[in-house]
Amino acid sequence: MLALQINHVAKRYQSLQALGGVSLSIEEGEFFGLLGPNGAGKTTLISIVAGLNRADAGSVAIHGHDVVSDYRAARARLGVVPQELVFDPFFSVRETLRMQSGYFGLKNNDRWIDEVMDNLDLSSKADTNMRALSGGMKRRVLVAQALVHRPPVVVLDEPTAGVDVELRRTLWKFIGRLNREGHTIVLTTHYLEEAQALCNRIAMLKLGKIVALDSTDALIKRISGSQLVLCLKQGGLPDSLRALVTHSEELFSGRKYTLRVNDCNDVEPILSLLRRSGAVIDDMQLQQADLEDVFVQIMGVAQ
Amino acid sequence: MTGFQTLFYKEVLRFWKVATQTVTAPIMTAMLYLLIFGHVLQDRVQVYPGVQYTGFLVPGLVMMSVLQNAFANSSSSLIQSKISGNLVFVLLTPLSHWEVFGGYVLAAVVRGLVVGAGVFLVTAWFGHLSFAAPWWIAIFALLGAAILGTMGLLAGIWAEKFDQLAAFQNFLIVPLTFLAGVFYSIHSLPPFWQTVSHFNPFFYMIDGFRYGFFGQSDIDPVISLVIVAVFFIVLVTLVLRLLKSGYKLRSGTY
Repeated sequence: MLALQINHVAKRYQSLQALGGVSLSIEEGEFFGLLGPNGAGKTTLISIVAGLNRADAGSVAIHGHDVVSDYRAARARLGVVPQELVFDPFFSVRETLRMQSGYFGLKNNDRWIDEVMDNLDLSSKADTNMRALSGGMKRRVLVAQALVHRPPVVVLDEPTAGVDVELRRTLWKFIGRLNREGHTIVLTTHYLEEAQALCNRIAMLKLGKIVALDSTDALIKRISGSQLVLCLKQGGLPDSLRALVTHSEELFSGRKYTLRVNDCNDVEPILSLLRRSGAVIDDMQLQQADLEDVFVQIMGVAQ
Repeated sequence: MTGFQTLFYKEVLRFWKVATQTVTAPIMTAMLYLLIFGHVLQDRVQVYPGVQYTGFLVPGLVMMSVLQNAFANSSSSLIQSKISGNLVFVLLTPLSHWEVFGGYVLAAVVRGLVVGAGVFLVTAWFGHLSFAAPWWIAIFALLGAAILGTMGLLAGIWAEKFDQLAAFQNFLIVPLTFLAGVFYSIHSLPPFWQTVSHFNPFFYMIDGFRYGFFGQSDIDPVISLVIVAVFFIVLVTLVLRLLKSGYKLRSGTY
């Protein structure tokens, strides 16, 4: 069964086309990444999925339940961690979680609430008022609120923006566990190394349109080969190598060149050409392409 | 608890946690009105035969407190949640528009009645009150609180900042309650202002409520009840439609 089905969703704010017919199917149990620069439409798309906004056209279904016509069933199956750090200043952490649980009609949910708090290192703050919590702790409560009804589909909208290393580790450990237990996770983030490490499939969004949709491995393979970074302190690059240069810059002493290569077998011929030309190497690195390179390339092409 | 019960409980807990501001303060204000107006007008005004001015004033003040506090509860809760962004926790849940409406309005009714009861307890000593028709007291108190709770929801949905909500309260709710016969019988007004008063739905709420105490009123309580009930139905229909459509609540990102 599809955890999330998005069909031709379009949304316009006055003159701005926020989403221009987005279609996406996410299978149950996936760890899915939704990437894109600011203003690409990620949060608008999530808002439509969560019922916080209505699409001008198209439809969204969560586990087969339409988010408009069958919103009760759809929302019962969805947990959303909002991007903004919002909280209700009147209540303690436990009260907040009990109430969130109650909104979903769950009685006697304290066992799961305790487990969620424990997994997010919140137990010691259970009776603290929300106002008295640090930003990181408030973020943990937001995550706990989204999980309080054990939703099969969890959407995290930039959950690690401005968050310290410890919380990031705690969060990914717990979310990873939920994913292994069968929960579908949809993540938006600006940290591409995070998306590369966690997501099995990725969609890239730009100006309200999907510009790439593939498995994380396949996306990275799109950028064939690697990059050889050379810093020369003496001499220049022979003309025969100029065609491989993707980037060059002046350094304090010498010049830095970035060359496109297929693999490490290409390195030795380049080095011998350099030796013959009399160039002296100050530093050298061979870099693998990563999701960031793919992202930059795709966003650049899609301009 | 069901989702509706949770929202209702949360809304009651919200005002109860700051009861000094939401319950004690309005009781104090009403008592000041009674002491000042009662002292100045006690021997100068008699509205109904056999009813002293202070006695006449008490039910008016009680009802005014019920109405203003019911409005304050739903409107301030909703606008605070909207502006601070925590309304998202309600909007993300399976709660229907009926449940959201019921949760907010019922809690507003509770706040209105709690404050009203408090005002009654501290002011009843000053007036010689009777309870000619207690059912009318209960019906008008409940309906009045529900109407103002619904109006509070309407104002909270419409307003985008505290400034707009304050305008709704100060330019609509306060004049309508003050000019509804809390401090006077409309029969004491010139004919033109009597006619104007008949277009104020709050006048019927207060007049009907007062009938329950004295068995005397400016308008037949049955007529008042019909007018108040029709006003309530129109308001409920409007607010439910707004909630269902997501007007101003489900129209942005969070």
